[in-house]
Amino acid sequence: MRTMSEIQSKLARFIAEKIMKQPKRELNPDQKLISSGLIDSFSLVDVGLFVEDEFGVRIDDVDLTVELMDTLVLMEQAVVARRNA
Amino acid sequence: MSDLLSMAAVLEGHYRIRHERTAIHMLLGRQPDQPITYGRLIDGAAGVAAELVRAGVGRAEVVVIILPHGELLVDAFWGAVMHGAIPSILPPLTEKLSPEKYRRDLAALIGVTHPAAIVTFPDFENEARAAVDVSGRASAVIVLHEPRFVEPEFRVLGGMRAQVDDIALLQHSSGTTGLQKGVALSHSAIFHQLQAYAPAIGLSPNDTIVSWLPLYHDMGLIASFVMPVLRRVPVVMMSPFDWVRAPAKLLQAISAHKGTLCWLPNFAYPFIATRVRDRDLVGVDLSSMRAFVNCSEPCYRHAHAQFAQRFANYGLRADALHTSYAMAENTFAVTQSLRAPAFAASDGELHLSCGRPLANVQLRVLGPDERELGEGETGEIVVRSDCMLSGYYHRDELTAQAFVDGHYRTGDLGYLHEGELYVTGRRKDLIIVGGKNVYPNDLEQLAGEVAGVHAGRVAAFGVFDAEQGTEEVVIVAEAEDLRVVGDAAAAELLADHVRAHVTKNSDVAVRIVQIVPEKWLIKTSSGKVSRGACREKWAESQSRESE
Repeated sequence: MRTMSEIQSKLARFIAEKIMKQPKRELNPDQKLISSGLIDSFSLVDVGLFVEDEFGVRIDDVDLTVELMDTLVLMEQAVVARRNA
Repeated sequence: MSDLLSMAAVLEGHYRIRHERTAIHMLLGRQPDQPITYGRLIDGAAGVAAELVRAGVGRAEVVVIILPHGELLVDAFWGAVMHGAIPSILPPLTEKLSPEKYRRDLAALIGVTHPAAIVTFPDFENEARAAVDVSGRASAVIVLHEPRFVEPEFRVLGGMRAQVDDIALLQHSSGTTGLQKGVALSHSAIFHQLQAYAPAIGLSPNDTIVSWLPLYHDMGLIASFVMPVLRRVPVVMMSPFDWVRAPAKLLQAISAHKGTLCWLPNFAYPFIATRVRDRDLVGVDLSSMRAFVNCSEPCYRHAHAQFAQRFANYGLRADALHTSYAMAENTFAVTQSLRAPAFAASDGELHLSCGRPLANVQLRVLGPDERELGEGETGEIVVRSDCMLSGYYHRDELTAQAFVDGHYRTGDLGYLHEGELYVTGRRKDLIIVGGKNVYPNDLEQLAGEVAGVHAGRVAAFGVFDAEQGTEEVVIVAEAEDLRVVGDAAAAELLADHVRAHVTKNSDVAVRIVQIVPEKWLIKTSSGKVSRGACREKWAESQSRESE
């Protein structure tokens, strides 16, 4: 398994524990989460709220899409881009 | 509205008298809101009707409509109505679903329904043509690029010649396979439903309906689209995809437009209550709301309590939370609660009464021998009314099976108490996830296709998740190879394959997939997998694990 950045690890832990309810579950940074059916698109709003609380950036709801949020890598990019904005 | 016209004739009246009045406020995510007047709506519909004429679509032929949220969807539906064709709105392809599966299903549906045309948008044209090719039918594909406005000549419009018993529209709202049943509704069924339902909810032109519901679902199509347009009640429409990402927008829309009525499935109550932040509620006032109507899946007290508490400070009235029992086969509503409904205990959860049958509905509860049961006795709910389906389109055998003694068999279990209906469960093994009906057979079939799973040795069932306010799908599958069960990583991998395959081919997100050894599943004496028994066994194993 590839080593993950801190942002990726935090996202992975949140998704495994709170969304998938499988706390021991390991996720890969490039693993497709929504289009693979691992998590439902309904959960994107939860990811958005978590990102806001944890990293202090707000992802606009129109950007909470499968194209922009399907993997941990994409999610991290969304966080970093807004932090630097 | 006078008794029993055609829908097109009602539009004609609106065109003459209410030309400048707003029929629909279309909310469009990134773009500014778009008000659609009756004049604009009917000119746009006449534009589509002209396209149907050009494509050679005849009266009383089916027109399948696959369009995203927006004005073209509205034009296409009412355009088909004005032409006298039979519109049927289907969901577009989502990123979750595999295109191959979607194409197969659409082809199968075309094969049953024989639509004269598919009305769609440029990005979907190839997909629609491919499905038509697979089906072997000669349906035209009509691509709408932008609205086209034509002043209608009502005299020559096919829709004006529609008879009350002609089929007005098809609804395909249940199931996840291409052999979905198309519920055929006549003009008279729709008008009778509105005549009975409008007074039950006290509907008047002073109301404003607010909706995020998709139009391929009866609650979105009838309660939040056809009823308001025909009854001259403005409706604010937002896309389901925008709502799910930003549920606060529904409340903001209610506040901005002084909404009075909104239909929601049960899961939406906890979803909205827990996902909306205070900062998105600044200035939001819900005091205009007469009723949020909980409908299309079992209604729970907890969901209402959570919602009421969360929004009490934003003007939500305690008596504004209502329930209804509805189904496409009865056009829409069967019952409606008048006050905040009563509570009824069952299965450990507090359910809500669905209120009283509408004035035009005769509702009975039948025992196993099809004898009518008395007050308080639980059995299958059967319904008879003057707003029932004409039949499942081109599926006479299924239509015949759906009725007993002139009554539609709902498959739901419940009882009557002091005139109110309490729905307690289901006779069929149907699963309802977020208001969507899912047949376990379909999911079991799909899971059985995955390499490593013992085909035919799969059980799919729903378990109620109180936090989410809806059912969660569980799939238990026997592995072909015992070693997979013993190896956590291998079992997880197989579970992932099942999850991915089922989701891609059904559009149902399955969180819980359990891989079990051979002979784990419990079968009935006739050798069929007993979902109920498997469900109990699974629940027991879960509670042991959490101890």
